[in-house]
Amino acid sequence: MIRAEELTFEYERLDEEGNVESKKRAVDHVNLHIRPGKFIAVLGHNGSGKSTLAKHMNAILTPTEGTLWVDGMDTKEDDKLFRIRQDAGMVFQNPDNQIIGTVVEEDVGFGPENLGVPTDEIWTRVEESLSAVGMLKYRHHSPNKLSGGQKQRVAIAGVMAMHPRCIVLDEPTAMLDPNGRASVIRTARKLNQEEGITIILITHYMEEVVEADHVFVMDKGKVVMEGNPREIFSRVDELKSLRLDVPQATLLAYELQKRGIPLPKGILNNKELVDQLCQLKSKM
Amino acid sequence: MIRDITLGQYYPAKSIIHQLDPRVKLVTTMVYIVSLFVAKGILGYVLATFFLAMTVKLSKVPFRYITKGLKAIMMILLITVVFNLFLVDGDIVLWRFGFLRITDKGVKTAVFMAIRLIYLIIGSSIMTLTTTPNDLTDGLEKLLGPLKKIHVPVHEIAMMMSIALRFIPILLEETDKIMKAQIARGADFETGNLIQKARAMVPLLVPLFISAFRRANDLAMAMEARCYHGGDGRTKMKPLHYVSRDRMAYGLVWGYLLAMIGITWAERLYVTAFWPL
Repeated sequence: MIRAEELTFEYERLDEEGNVESKKRAVDHVNLHIRPGKFIAVLGHNGSGKSTLAKHMNAILTPTEGTLWVDGMDTKEDDKLFRIRQDAGMVFQNPDNQIIGTVVEEDVGFGPENLGVPTDEIWTRVEESLSAVGMLKYRHHSPNKLSGGQKQRVAIAGVMAMHPRCIVLDEPTAMLDPNGRASVIRTARKLNQEEGITIILITHYMEEVVEADHVFVMDKGKVVMEGNPREIFSRVDELKSLRLDVPQATLLAYELQKRGIPLPKGILNNKELVDQLCQLKSKM
Repeated sequence: MIRDITLGQYYPAKSIIHQLDPRVKLVTTMVYIVSLFVAKGILGYVLATFFLAMTVKLSKVPFRYITKGLKAIMMILLITVVFNLFLVDGDIVLWRFGFLRITDKGVKTAVFMAIRLIYLIIGSSIMTLTTTPNDLTDGLEKLLGPLKKIHVPVHEIAMMMSIALRFIPILLEETDKIMKAQIARGADFETGNLIQKARAMVPLLVPLFISAFRRANDLAMAMEARCYHGGDGRTKMKPLHYVSRDRMAYGLVWGYLLAMIGITWAERLYVTAFWPL
């Protein structure tokens, strides 16, 4: 679905005469391969290059060096631009700044309108995607009156209406309250499981990563760790050195292990921890 | 306070006027304004009053709601009336004090000018009250469509208008937030003379502008990510189609304009025939 080879991107800082003053390498020789139908998470603290990477997947940025393919299409090729953007939809961080319409359903229709979809089909697509994210009953509302989580779900519906094969969510929950965060992640997971859409979730919240199929951890523009969540979370020291938090249950299990309690590695949530502890207790 | 200034304050109701195609309403408003300047005599104004009253009645917008809009132009109205009253030269002097005098013609012009302005405001208020801002921009885009041939960016203008309408409440909210944040840090927006007050606005406007530019940047990126590439090859989710009631409305409006021209012409003939003065 998405493949990157030696992907490198440099931001140039220009001085007042327009000469290149300094360069900052945001993405540094990244290689990755994302298979269709997966739920992928990209982790990293601020400035790790994860958002820059995300913007490459939608051809908003094109690589300084290396290549990125979306569905076999090179993002550097201008004539494939709209097919790439339709194929890999993107949801951004700020819910207010990505809703264009003044009514929910009009916003969802914006993408299909740009693609030149016939009017009747726009309406069916709008209905389908609004019900897929559970926002159908808000279709006539003004986006200004919705909560943050609802706005993000409308934004997801707006991408869904373009019938993408893959959705890139660039820190969609960073500005939301816990409830909104949960609803957005739930929606993303539902789309992944029910519609088979590849989800690439960029985030710095560990809790959102737990149920992903595959996790990439980025630091200073490089992919430094890769694997399923259990593998990633069993390396608590490494994560800490990258200034990333681990879920509380994982951390507690890790500390208990250090004190000599024989728990397995990579415990992901409270339930697993409780189960393991109860098993230990019954053995005693 | 700022919240009162809403562009195109829509009054939701289900009426025949609300359901009309926005293009019809735009054209009607234009025609009505023209007709007000065509009218010269009493009969013409009677016709204009009748047409307006009929529209107000059909629109189901409460009359009190409409006249609220008149408060804003009270000052202009007053100045116009006073100037016309004292400065228009006429034949019969009704009142004189020093160099000030009121003539019959002055009274007539003042009264007609006031009526003309009031009708003009009411007429255009009905349009904005019965049409959602979105419909209005859509209608404008379609009406101005022919201008594309002379390279007027009609689609872009309409898109800008609708984005502006979407962001007005967001930016107002932000202004409110920044204002409170600055007040919390000891900023004073209330006291002082005009210059001091204007200077107090700087710590409000600078962050507001910065944030507006950031929003614009984000929005542009989000629009590009959703394949926006201008008006070419774009389809419409809600395309505008004339239906029979729109055609009927057009007929009525043009009929009204013709009647107005006819009446004004007849009145002038009558006046010149019987009062050749």
